[in-house]
Amino acid sequence: MTGAERIAAALSSPKQGSTALVAYLTAGWPTREGFRDLLDRVADVADVVEIGVPFSDPMADGVTLQRTAREALAGGVTLQWIADLLVERGPHATPTLLMGYTNPFHQFGWRRLASACGASLDGFIIPDLPPEESGDCDRVVEAFGLGMVRLVAPNTPDDRLDRLVAAASGFVYAVTVNGITGSALGDVGGNLDRVAAAAKGRGIPVCAGFGVRTRDDVARLGKHVDGVIVGTALADVIARGEDPIAYLRGLVGAS
Amino acid sequence: MTGPDDRGYFGAYGGRFVPETLVGPLTRLEEAAREALLDERFRHDLDHELATWVGRPTPLTYAGALSAAWHAEVWLKREDLAHTGAHKINNALGQVRLAQRLGKKRIVAETGAGQHGVATAAACARVGLSCTVYMGAVDVERQAPNVLRMKLFGANVVPVKSGDQTLRAAIDEALRDWVSDPEGTFYVLGSAVGPHPYPWLVREFQSVIGREALQQWARGPGGVPDVVVACVGGGSNAIGLFHAFVPTFARLCGFEAGGRGTGLGDHAATLAYGRPGVLHGTLSPLLQDADGQIQETHSVSAGLDYPGVGPEHGMLRDTGRATYVAVSDAEALDALQACCRSEGILPAIESAHALAGAKRLATESPGQRMLIGLSGRGDKDLGILAGLGLV
Repeated sequence: MTGAERIAAALSSPKQGSTALVAYLTAGWPTREGFRDLLDRVADVADVVEIGVPFSDPMADGVTLQRTAREALAGGVTLQWIADLLVERGPHATPTLLMGYTNPFHQFGWRRLASACGASLDGFIIPDLPPEESGDCDRVVEAFGLGMVRLVAPNTPDDRLDRLVAAASGFVYAVTVNGITGSALGDVGGNLDRVAAAAKGRGIPVCAGFGVRTRDDVARLGKHVDGVIVGTALADVIARGEDPIAYLRGLVGAS
Repeated sequence: MTGPDDRGYFGAYGGRFVPETLVGPLTRLEEAAREALLDERFRHDLDHELATWVGRPTPLTYAGALSAAWHAEVWLKREDLAHTGAHKINNALGQVRLAQRLGKKRIVAETGAGQHGVATAAACARVGLSCTVYMGAVDVERQAPNVLRMKLFGANVVPVKSGDQTLRAAIDEALRDWVSDPEGTFYVLGSAVGPHPYPWLVREFQSVIGREALQQWARGPGGVPDVVVACVGGGSNAIGLFHAFVPTFARLCGFEAGGRGTGLGDHAATLAYGRPGVLHGTLSPLLQDADGQIQETHSVSAGLDYPGVGPEHGMLRDTGRATYVAVSDAEALDALQACCRSEGILPAIESAHALAGAKRLATESPGQRMLIGLSGRGDKDLGILAGLGLV
């Protein structure tokens, strides 16, 4: 199976409950030393894991993920460090994606990164790389069978939504609100139904992210989409010194 | 009208690297701007406002004492005499009127030295729109008079404490604001940077500087200058001055902030030392480390303290049409003092970089006829100058 297929398959048969869980962790945070262990424990619970590549200017992130990125960078996290970690870890039963802003990837080189990571990496999520600009990345994604998750927003027009869904592999990332990560969730069902309808014909899963915090949020969003993405809230749990695994388990599955 | 290609690229640089939420608003902004700039009525009204409220055309002043001292013929394009004290008003007024035309209710802007913030706040007051300006906390401190002016014009000034707390962090924060209300809010970007269509749009509103100067030069000194000189941070005054001269034989020379040295973090000389990368929605030369993290910059001038530069300058550099060189904090401050004492003009520290660069060019080759963009006045810098013991 390709990375893209592994991601889609994992999301269509969640480990717990009926809504798939995608967990976002900022690479090397809260510490570089403890990150591998945290990643593996989270990967036991989540259906898909996103490793956040820290960037100095995270324009779509709220204060929590701005802080985790800043602290990770201060701790010496680089894309090379992340690639080394993935290679050492090897292919994992839970699909693993890299999520981050374009520039660190652009400097490292998409092909060099995909070659280095091999089967340890399943796909990319690059929020500031719309399809109009993603040609270099797309060629590598295609060659290596990786997932290229596309983000769609509430204000994405219908015709563009269809094009984004067609260009996506792995899953479609439905941004719940026009805003930054960690924004408050409003009444988002209508927009999510629109994305789900566009994705249905192409058999690609849809996951909703930005502002997902509670078990209620997951239950509510789960009525509209295949999975949810938890990033800011998970970082807040870790920052408070609470158990991230218990938190993630509590979001889905039997209560 | 030489512009970017359909995707917003000037040669290898430009584009639109933004979150999906901003793709639609940027596309609509591009369409609306094209329409407006072709609309006789919009242009006429804007020109009228530029003449009667901004005070255009700004004069071309012969600098006799500097000419004698440098063995050159030195003329200054006086954007310092434009309303609110710098060229920034040309673009701010244009974009605010565009926002008004689009029925937007709320304006956000970023500012470094505060000149773009003041210009945007003034233009918003003039047309009756609500205005929020993001300004790095460091800049709030070092350009305090401009903060007060923005407040007098009714703007909400938000100090940005994240990142490097200067212009770059202010742009990050303005973009976050815009992402959160992409339909109701209009982002008035102040330099020729950012995602397409901004580098083009800002140039269109700023190119009035060069158009006027070209005519004034033909009527005054005659012909075209040997060299056209401007300071370059993001590059809005430089592209505004250069644009009309690109098809002429005049040399185009941009001077960047060389700060206190050539090490990463000691300057803001992006074209001199940077490598291509993506920041604030555009692919352009950037000051960054090997891992693609954007570097903090240093300049005595807040308005040049930015790790990126407009994509069109990248193209002008690569094609050899313009050259870009760094001048140091010390050279700029020397030139500022010389201009004060010999011409009775207090330039902004930003603009003093152009004067310092012109002095170098004059030393290299005497007898040149030089057009220097005096992009703004230095009243805002009194605190810094006093702090440095220069007054």
